[in-house]
Amino acid sequence: MKTFGGPVLFLDRGDINTDEIIPAKYLTEITKEDLKPYILEDLKLPGFDPKDEKTQNARVIVSRANFGCGSSREHAPWVFEVNSITAVIAESFARIFRQNMFNCGMAAIELPAADLDQIFSHAGDKDATMSINIEAGTLTMSGGGAQKTFSFEISPFDKALVLAGGWVDYADQKY
Amino acid sequence: MGKTTAEKIFDAHLVNEPFPGTKVLRLDAVLCHEITTPIAIDDLIRRDKDRVFDPTKIKAVIDHVTPSKDTKTATQAKILRDWARRHDIKDFFDIGANGVCHALFPERGFIRPGYTVIMGDSHTCTHGAFGAFAAGIGTTDLEVGILKGVCAFRQPKTIKFNVTGTLPKGVYAKDVILHIIGKIGVNGATDRVMEFHGSTIDAMTMESRMTLCNMAIEAGGTSGICQPDMTTVDYLWPFIQGEFATKEAALADYSQWRADADAEYDQTIEIDVTTMEPTITFGYKPDQVKTVTELAGTPLDQIYIGSCTNGRIEDLRIAAQILKGHRLAPNVRGILSPATPKIQQQAIHEGLIDIFMEAGFCVTNPTCGACLGMSNGVLAEGEVCASTTNRNFMGRMGKGGMVHLMSPATAAASAIEGKIADPRKYL
Repeated sequence: MKTFGGPVLFLDRGDINTDEIIPAKYLTEITKEDLKPYILEDLKLPGFDPKDEKTQNARVIVSRANFGCGSSREHAPWVFEVNSITAVIAESFARIFRQNMFNCGMAAIELPAADLDQIFSHAGDKDATMSINIEAGTLTMSGGGAQKTFSFEISPFDKALVLAGGWVDYADQKY
Repeated sequence: MGKTTAEKIFDAHLVNEPFPGTKVLRLDAVLCHEITTPIAIDDLIRRDKDRVFDPTKIKAVIDHVTPSKDTKTATQAKILRDWARRHDIKDFFDIGANGVCHALFPERGFIRPGYTVIMGDSHTCTHGAFGAFAAGIGTTDLEVGILKGVCAFRQPKTIKFNVTGTLPKGVYAKDVILHIIGKIGVNGATDRVMEFHGSTIDAMTMESRMTLCNMAIEAGGTSGICQPDMTTVDYLWPFIQGEFATKEAALADYSQWRADADAEYDQTIEIDVTTMEPTITFGYKPDQVKTVTELAGTPLDQIYIGSCTNGRIEDLRIAAQILKGHRLAPNVRGILSPATPKIQQQAIHEGLIDIFMEAGFCVTNPTCGACLGMSNGVLAEGEVCASTTNRNFMGRMGKGGMVHLMSPATAAASAIEGKIADPRKYL
């Protein structure tokens, strides 16, 4: 099973959409790896630069409500995957994006707004990191000398997909 | 306890419930296009699973960038084309017969009440107009759909929209759905089915119902769903007359998918259209809407009429009615993309294309193209487009471009004036 966690990229806005994550003009790329340079290219946020070190080093994204809304493009999870970002923590997700993440064996984890506020308080910490334990349903946020653990729930099906490494092999065995 | 339409369809298609809350459904139609399918095909080949569950239930089209604009898009088209041939997928639509998927597949009679439909395209919710459960999914779900004919869903709750009243002059299905999205927000229906009822919907054509359901995803909805009725039967009759002795018999059969009167809803929202105005988006989210009165005069660079939302014959008729005898304002350019070859041909026969061309519009072949900034009308930085499409995200039609979503009538009036304009004075 994959391990989830590492340096955190904070995207402090709701409704971050699939076109901001990966613009449609790159949907003509034939391999996932080709998407890599275009991560979050059209996202405009104060202090955010898709090309800077913070984005390059990130392993986890933390954001707000309705993350991944818009298109069905699985290129959105893929552009994260090829940039080694394998978990997104948000208040809520658009349905298709959330399922695409789990179908690829990655994690889309929902937390209450109050927990997210605490996690966002680390946004200024240079050493902000998160470790995620899918089996236990816990994640630990560290930064600025402080550390706090939060609990989360994912559905048993989504958990099975993460453990199986994705939906295709699972479905081919069972259906 | 009665059931909603989605609950009835889920029960009838349930394969199993591998975990509480997750239902695996048997699929009646798996729809494919050249943007999201080739990677699924490549992955199936890589896994040594290059099979299809049933070639008669798979429909495929090259629509997003067609004819191909470069080597990459030509390669995507070729992967889909070769795959369709290899697996003897008869309902494959290539250049000359291809059109925007969510207009083309219904036009061919592929979608029926009670069906389960998936496609690697978020606007698959369009097909719920026929009383089907139709959901956009990603490439992995598509891959499993192609291979096994199943898809896993959380059982969605249903929001009932009771839409009543006669649509005022200049107000159409597009205005109604923009109004609804403005009311409930871009995640107002996440993990929910939007089930449309009421006298306004009963009076709508299938084309209008498709416009309505098309934008369910813009409120986060899993599927839009309309109730199958005689309008549905009339639309499908050329395709189903071998199955049913009479239209009444077809209606009786399809009525099994109508929601029960005592169905339980997550919530019920009443919408009265009688005082509704032409409605337009103003920001970068589809729930940022204002009336035409508030936005009239907004400067424009391009007018775009087309897409899976509003590229059907009824849309072209409405726009042409307004454009007849007028010219595009000198500061704007106009692009018309009829959604399918059949619509394009019908528009030629009816003289609509003449009206558009005499007004100064460029008429393109059917394609998704400009709607998602792929081809045939991409905006430059800082440009503004009045568009009949469904998504106004920043950069959607071109990096740094701005999109105002509106009805074909409002787009036509805006074309004449070169700025956002009220269609009602031209009707």
